[in-house]
Order: sequence, then C-alpha cells, then structure tokens
Amino acid sequence: MSDIDSNLHELNRSNIWAGFVQLVPLSIFVIIFGLAFGLAATQTGLDAWSTIAMSTFVFAGASQFAAMELWGQEISLLPLAITVFAINARHLLMGATLYPWLRHLPPSKRYGVMLVITDANWAMSLQKFSRGEPAMGLLFGGGLTLWSFWVFGTWLGIYFGNAIQDPVSLGLDMVMGCFLLAMLVGGKKDTRVFAIWSVAAIASLLAYWFLPANSHVVVGALAGGILGAIWMESER
Amino acid sequence: MSIETGGYGALVIVIVMTLVTLATRWGGVFVMSFVPISYRVQQFISAMSGSVLVALLAPLALNGDNGARLALLATALTMLMVKKPLLAITMGIVTAAVYRYLFP
Repeated sequence: MSDIDSNLHELNRSNIWAGFVQLVPLSIFVIIFGLAFGLAATQTGLDAWSTIAMSTFVFAGASQFAAMELWGQEISLLPLAITVFAINARHLLMGATLYPWLRHLPPSKRYGVMLVITDANWAMSLQKFSRGEPAMGLLFGGGLTLWSFWVFGTWLGIYFGNAIQDPVSLGLDMVMGCFLLAMLVGGKKDTRVFAIWSVAAIASLLAYWFLPANSHVVVGALAGGILGAIWMESER
Repeated sequence: MSIETGGYGALVIVIVMTLVTLATRWGGVFVMSFVPISYRVQQFISAMSGSVLVALLAPLALNGDNGARLALLATALTMLMVKKPLLAITMGIVTAAVYRYLFP
C-alpha cells in the first residue's frame, strides 16, 4: 500500500470540516425539500415529533414522501417496509461502489460514514476518489451537512404547515407526487428504462385494482426490477 | 400486519423505516466484504428503485383530479426541458393551484 493510497481514505477533523463546508451551498436546496416534507407530513396528520424523528433517523427523502403517500388511519407494516427498502435499495449500490476506499477504514468508521450516505455526497466523493483524490472527509462531512439541513428544513415545514388553512387549493397536496416524479424523470432514460417503467406501471395498476390495498407498490417495483435483471444493459 | 398511525404507532413506523433504511446503507458495504455484488443483481436493484416510484405514481395519475394530472405533466415537462428538480416541483404545484382556482 503506497502513501498516496493510504492518504485517500484518511478521515480527520479538518477534512471532515472541509467537507461539511463544501456542501453548504447545495444544502440550501435540501432545506427547501425538507420544508416540503415537513409541510406534507403535517397535512398527512403526523405529529411534529414523529415527523422530526423520521427525518432525523430515516434521512431518505423519497422514501419518507412515499410513506406519507401510504399513510392512513392504519398502515400495513410489511408493504411499507418493502416500499422503503425498494426506494432506498440504491444505497446498496452506493456502498458497493465506495467499498474499494471504505475497506481501508476500521469497521466502526466504515459503518459510521455510511450512516450519512445519500445521493449528493456519494456522487461527489465517488467522482473525486476515481480521480485519485482524497474524499473521505467530503463523504462524511458533506453527509453531516445534508443531514443537519434536512432536519432543519423539516422543522421549518412543520412550523409553516400548521399556518396554512387550505393546502389543496394551493396545490400543496401535489408536493409528494411532483417530488417523486422529478426524482424519476431526472434519472437515466432510454428504451430499456421506458420498457421497465411501462411494466412497473401496468403491474402496479393491475395490483391496485385486483389485489389488497398498498400491494401495488411492491408488485410494480418487483415487476420492473425483474425485467431489469432479464434485459440487462451491455456491461460497461 | 397493520398498525394504527396515532400515538405510539407512528413511533413504531419510524423505527421500522429507520431499520430498513439502515440495512440499505450498510448492506452494500457488508455484502461486498464477503463477495462482490453481481452485475445482474446491480441491474435488478437499479431497475427496482426506478420502478417503485412509477408504481407509487401510476394510481395517483389515474385517480387524481385534472389539477393533479396537469401538475404531474408540468413537473415531467419542466424536468425534461431544464433538469431542475426544484423548479419542476414548483411548476407542478403552481399548475395545480391555478387550475383549481380557475375550475373549482
């Protein structure tokens, strides 16, 4: 192991702080998304403490919005757990792609860093690592920025959410749907992806009409995933 | 198994969501320390994480009022044209609000 290689994964107070500061500008947007979540959760009927707890411990926006979509008087735990897993399964890939650098850390730090992994800090640090630059501070410090701003935004959203009288007339019931759709359309798009989406849509609608409540999310996710495993992209 | 969302129910739901999400954050690294994740499994995971969003949205688009449908359309179009999520979401919400104001 050369010196350069061992520097790549170094994690200390100064590079964590540098990473924290580097992601502050981007995190302004995270506050707004957090605000939208706090607002949506308040409209859905969640109390303030549960909403804050969810943002603090789950820290995964799309899956939190999805949970609000499934919310009712009662909620079935298994479909909810599978939906959350399916949405957050991309974390598995993030961990796997970072493994070549994370493996140099002792397990406690390795899994500590992964507590705050999310799309933005993963993409930025993977890019840096691949160029041969150190990025462990960016990965962890940047993750802490995103996390703290997400929780702060959620708190703001709860505060404003309680002040709004008629959210539907303001279009605020569409925050969740529009958020999830923007995430979807922002990803990669080609013939294969459209085929996968079509199968997922048809499967979920069939399940929606003919199967028990809330199973449509799981059925659609699995149907699309299976097609993706059969019709694979040509490797690299 | 169903659970009431009031009182302690919400707490249980938050705990379940936390554990599942933690499993996804740690799982990739954990599995890789024993065996590399195969290409087919990677393809399954990435196809599934898009499909779950489609599956959530399909009934919403089908059952929503016209305001909701136009909102989703506006979000999709904005996202395709400028690739700015925040702007796309704002356009969707404004579209729903304007439509519902004009055609209550």
